[in-house]
Amino acid sequence: MRLYETEIASRLMLGTAQYPSPAVLTEAFRRSAAGIATVSVRREAGHERAGAAFWGLVRDLRVTLLPNTAGCHSVREAVTTAQMARELFDTPWIKLEVIGHADTLQPDPFGLVEAARILTDEGFQVFPYTTEDVVLAGRLLDAGCEVLMPWGAPIGTGLGLTNIYGLRTLRAQFPQVPMVVDAGLGLPSQAAMAMEMGFDAVLLNTAVAKAGDPARMAEGFARAVQAGRLAFEADPMEPRDMAAPSTPVIGMAFLE
Amino acid sequence: MQARVIGAGVAGLCVATELVARGCEVTVFDPSPMPGPYACSWWAGGMLAPFCEGETAEELVVRLGQSAADWWARQGVSVERRGTLVLTLRRDRRELDRFARRVAEHETLDSAGLAALEPDLEGRFDRALHVAGEAHLDPRAALRHLRARLEQAGVAFVAEPGHAKGLTFDCRGLAARDSLKDLRGVKGEMAVLRSADIRLTRPVRLLHPRYPLYVVPRADGLFMLGATQIESDDVRRTVRSTLELLSAAYALHPAFGEAELVEVGVDARPAFPDNLPRLVRRGETIYVNGLFRHGFLLAPELAREAVEAACDGSKPEFWHEDHD
Repeated sequence: MRLYETEIASRLMLGTAQYPSPAVLTEAFRRSAAGIATVSVRREAGHERAGAAFWGLVRDLRVTLLPNTAGCHSVREAVTTAQMARELFDTPWIKLEVIGHADTLQPDPFGLVEAARILTDEGFQVFPYTTEDVVLAGRLLDAGCEVLMPWGAPIGTGLGLTNIYGLRTLRAQFPQVPMVVDAGLGLPSQAAMAMEMGFDAVLLNTAVAKAGDPARMAEGFARAVQAGRLAFEADPMEPRDMAAPSTPVIGMAFLE
Repeated sequence: MQARVIGAGVAGLCVATELVARGCEVTVFDPSPMPGPYACSWWAGGMLAPFCEGETAEELVVRLGQSAADWWARQGVSVERRGTLVLTLRRDRRELDRFARRVAEHETLDSAGLAALEPDLEGRFDRALHVAGEAHLDPRAALRHLRARLEQAGVAFVAEPGHAKGLTFDCRGLAARDSLKDLRGVKGEMAVLRSADIRLTRPVRLLHPRYPLYVVPRADGLFMLGATQIESDDVRRTVRSTLELLSAAYALHPAFGEAELVEVGVDARPAFPDNLPRLVRRGETIYVNGLFRHGFLLAPELAREAVEAACDGSKPEFWHEDHD
């Protein structure tokens, strides 16, 4: 999988927040072989690299880091946070979150496009956290984004893919654009479904970090992502109403 | 036997207490003439809640923490053994289900059961968990008490550690980062409120997906609210964290809206990557550190095992030998 000219081996990405301890976090990455770690900058930043110890632990994961602007509610905040992240992690990558609604943490589509444009102009490679809205997706691509991260459901809800029609439409409209289903997944089966639908990767955090055994859950997701991807590549059969026996009945011996 | 203890926070005072109990001659080095805000334990909640901590902490914490209440009581510290209440706001009820699955030692209360334990919460929650086998104490009173007892027992408290040799227990918390490289700070913010309009007799934990809160009642109408947990050693009190704590308290009971805001505190907890405590032996020094958010819960057992290891050569499970 190529994201902004970088080859990433794993189609599973994990967040780094809310784990019981950094040791558990490390074990979750080890067992899942996740290829990308997202890391939140805003809250830990404080001042003068106060979060350096934790970021050191995240760097030690030896995976590609994708800093994010989690918790930013305005364009300005998101842009400033992205600039800070570039300095701290020495990467042009930024997962752009501009939250528009406090309760659902739904992206602010207008602010998102504006911030994406500013950041791509500044040389960032933007991974926008967006909805399944096709028009918004088009605007983000116009703004210079080369990857999209549509939500499955609101952040941290674990509801899975709440608008399957919308996600299918989005996937079909932009078949060449790498897309990562981000947020709202709670179970591996939901991740497998996203991959079967042709999404390129999934990103999750709460579902793993808040599981009773995060490392085990991380491995569960990793296997589901592989299974879903294999199914997509294998060109699945079409569902049909009429039963079709897998063994022909003609010529079979029968008794009366 | 002679021993030196560096640091008079909860770890240092517990180690000194265990040393004195074994008849050692102890000197404690600490810059402050009495327990105060320079020690991370000054800002603690003082919950002795091993079972509730087991929601996220390792089994070791649950196991070692169970003797804490008895240890503090044996030292003459006032320990309230009234258990812990665990609540959620209505829309987060599933958080309570999850908590109940992970913390075995609880009983489920309905509205009437809750009112029987804490009358001021009557009618506000239709379901709660009571973890009866837990306790709480006032951390500042406990620190003062231990220190006074040690002074009475003839322990010298000295400001500067100097260069004396011999058996040394390094209990400096995050300040020991100069020697313990993988120690990190985890920021915690707390607030203290005073209210005459509400009375609680045991710690209450309000589970919330974004803003979890605990409230620990103290004497004189004081309530300690805690605590944020942020991967940072920044020690500024932020508006955002204070808002979160106060909003959650207000959601728990509107009486907190009229409470006096007595204090807002912050410090960085010392933690190792697994968030578990360690005893690290390096030459004649034993580092007692990494108590994370479990200072009052784990310091007694850690101190006991540190002193036992030094005196008898035992090797507890969280023992690390450094030979460099």
